[in-house]
Amino acid sequence: MILRVLKNDLGGKIFLLVLMTVLIAVPLLNQLPSESPFHISIYTVTLLGKYLTYALLAVAVDLVWGYLGILSLGHAAFFALGGYAMGMYLMRQIGDRGVYGNPELPDFMVFLNWQELPWFWQGFDNFGFAMLMVMVVPGLLAFVFGWFAFRSRVTGVYLSIITQALTYALMLAFFRNEMGFGGNNGLTDFKDILGFSLQADSTRLGLFVISGVVLALGYLSCRALVKSRLGKVAVAIRDAEDRTRFIGYKVEHVKLAIFTFSAVLAGIAGALYVPQVGIINPGEFQPLNSIEVVVWVAMGGRATLYGAVIGAVGVNYAKTWFTAAFPEIWLFALGGLFVLVTLLMPKGIAGLFSRKKGGES
Amino acid sequence: MNIKIFFLISLILAVMPVHAAKIDTGNAAYDAVFETLYSGSFDEKEKALNDLMQTDIKDKKKILEGIVNKTLMVHKKSKKVVWVEKQGSKFQMNDAFSGEDLGVDKKRKFKKFSINNSLRSHVSALISTMDLDSEDVGMRLAAVNAMLANPEPEHAALLKSRLEKEPDNDVKTAMQLGISLANLGHESSEIRMMAIKNVADSLEPAVRNSLLKIAENDPDKLVKQAAQKVVNAQEERVKLFGYIETLFFGLSLGSVLVLAAIGLAITFGVMGVINMAHGELIMLGAYTTYLLQLAMPESVGLALVLSIPAAFIVSGLVGIGIERSVIRFLYGRPLETLLATFGISLILQQVVRTVISPQNVPVANPEWMSGFFQVNSVLSITYNRLYIIFFCLVVFALLFFILKKTRLGLEVRAVSQNRAMARAMGIRSSRVDAMTFGLGSGIAGVAGVALSQLTNVGPNLGQAYIVDSFMVVVFGGVGNLWGTLIGGMSLGVVNKFMEPWTGAVLAKILVLVFIILFIQKRPRGLFPQKGRAAEG
Repeated sequence: MILRVLKNDLGGKIFLLVLMTVLIAVPLLNQLPSESPFHISIYTVTLLGKYLTYALLAVAVDLVWGYLGILSLGHAAFFALGGYAMGMYLMRQIGDRGVYGNPELPDFMVFLNWQELPWFWQGFDNFGFAMLMVMVVPGLLAFVFGWFAFRSRVTGVYLSIITQALTYALMLAFFRNEMGFGGNNGLTDFKDILGFSLQADSTRLGLFVISGVVLALGYLSCRALVKSRLGKVAVAIRDAEDRTRFIGYKVEHVKLAIFTFSAVLAGIAGALYVPQVGIINPGEFQPLNSIEVVVWVAMGGRATLYGAVIGAVGVNYAKTWFTAAFPEIWLFALGGLFVLVTLLMPKGIAGLFSRKKGGES
Repeated sequence: MNIKIFFLISLILAVMPVHAAKIDTGNAAYDAVFETLYSGSFDEKEKALNDLMQTDIKDKKKILEGIVNKTLMVHKKSKKVVWVEKQGSKFQMNDAFSGEDLGVDKKRKFKKFSINNSLRSHVSALISTMDLDSEDVGMRLAAVNAMLANPEPEHAALLKSRLEKEPDNDVKTAMQLGISLANLGHESSEIRMMAIKNVADSLEPAVRNSLLKIAENDPDKLVKQAAQKVVNAQEERVKLFGYIETLFFGLSLGSVLVLAAIGLAITFGVMGVINMAHGELIMLGAYTTYLLQLAMPESVGLALVLSIPAAFIVSGLVGIGIERSVIRFLYGRPLETLLATFGISLILQQVVRTVISPQNVPVANPEWMSGFFQVNSVLSITYNRLYIIFFCLVVFALLFFILKKTRLGLEVRAVSQNRAMARAMGIRSSRVDAMTFGLGSGIAGVAGVALSQLTNVGPNLGQAYIVDSFMVVVFGGVGNLWGTLIGGMSLGVVNKFMEPWTGAVLAKILVLVFIILFIQKRPRGLFPQKGRAAEG
């Protein structure tokens, strides 16, 4: 089954092989004594785990941008919503270990003098329910948003701008204390997940491996989707929307299905991201974040899926390195990257790769 | 208990002069007055104050103020009334009437003219009465206004006697209002009725308070009803002025939006180029103002005026630079343009952070920008908001003129409608592209000058406006300047009208949601472009 999905996908095979190697090697290298030159610190493991969740987000964006032609400037909103759902679960797990020691209410609610848990916080103490919400909330938002947007045939740049407005509006909303999501401090001070302490090295390793596995699954499902009839119609819509409509396909339904699926993937990525970085706040909704994701994809190469992964990991590695070494240069570098990639490398890194091989693009 | 203390003090004061010698002012006519002021009971003192007004002392106002401020005292030993001036732990004294220097003495050798609250207000009433006879119009007006703020029935007579002689119209109106206001406390209910009718048009807080009091507890039922009616009518009017004020706030916010968006309306609307660096071009305009003010710190206003063309040139040149170096390679690929210009916006922000400062910089407001214009007591219009509306309309008109009446405008419209045909007619389309982009960018810079007067100027200034600007352009209809103007103004007004109910942030969110829904309904905005070109 997996092999059938990966047929004619050399890049994908290489990517999955590399990913598997990393997933096995990193925990092993982490076990080496810390004086060994091959030792990988737990800090690096968590950092890599973060990159993997970003990569999943990038794959989600590539699915809609590369194969459906929708440039979403609001995908970080779905990512953040998934993150918030996970954050709410983690918040409830703190229980009476918070600063105020209230077993029911998270600290910020005690601080705001709230008497009881708001209705939308109910049920988040249950892991299964929270995980369901991780997928349902972003999916539902994408569905409703897409329903309105695609049905009235908002396309191209307009769609991009209203997705940006969407994440901007959500950011403003989540900054409000009255919303009940911790205002501008967001949710933080998490203690444990399913009983495992988030500070423990083993939990961090576990989260890293889970992120990798989910990324692989996400990649495979996207690849399967792209290979399917639905995916073929999507590409047709990307290249000639009106023609596809005239042939008789329900363009809106295809768009809606793939957009929603992509939002769910982004939500899952967010849920994996939050326990690893230990905080989720409204800053994640910033329009800049969403646009950054787009540049990862553009950098790695549109419509390849594995290119998105390369872009996400590559750009974020550069970001980590730059912000530590030359903090002022980073925005110059990122900005320059935007310009250079769009001007000189319209197919991204993956494009260079496939041209050399002379393979399909 | 208070009364007891009061009596006790009065008693002591009454007893004291028996032992003390009389006040010596050097003028027998004044002696009695000041003696009473010095040692009489409070009731006697009030009469003495009135007597004081009848004497021929030249500067009565100064004396009265001296009593209140405690700079006029009695030197216990010589019993002279003196002006005192603090000198370390001692007082320098000068005779109150002759001005003669009487040397210095210890503080405790002096005694002040003690007064209570009711005397204090009596004194201030006397002072304002005196101001009523002042030569200066401003002084007279201030005196009447002071009476308006604190109406007493006896004001009526005071004002009435002066109304005839008053030459100035403003003062006259205020006096009439004062008379009516004072009459509101009159014993006769007919006069109160008349007064209610007379003050019905005034929205002064004092008037509204007095009317409210009458409406609540006037002994005469008819008067009560009449007052209630006027109070209701006035509340309606206050509400109306409240709406006008909100409308004004909304228009000024709308003007800011229009200014920010109108450059975008050209680059995005006319050329179809998504310029995410538009906000940063606004920011550059604001920083130009800052730098010019830095260069000429003593003339803030001139710097502001000069920075309008300067910002146009700076932002315009940067815009042309962006167009020539990046955008022209990306025509026809809007999504890529969006990404590339976003990269440029990051670079521009970082340039400002590195070269100038990552913090916000202070931009001064010239004097003629601050202050306000008082329409009536409930509605005042601040000048800076008024200027911004005016400025926005001027910029709009200029731009409109350029696009409709100049050769450049004609070429711009031709290229935007049909590039190939325009080229066939001999228009150098690449030059037109650069000029159009420069024009839109320059306007963004001018908007930055205006914004520098309203908000904090910092590297993130542009980011705050970019989403709003796009919303305005899209809402108004792409490629339509009128749409931008009307769209921006209406968004501003709607925003301000919602704010009291929802708070500023929620209002903004609701407006965003509204626009998102609106675009679903009318994907091409309020005023869509018509014709085949619009489908491109």
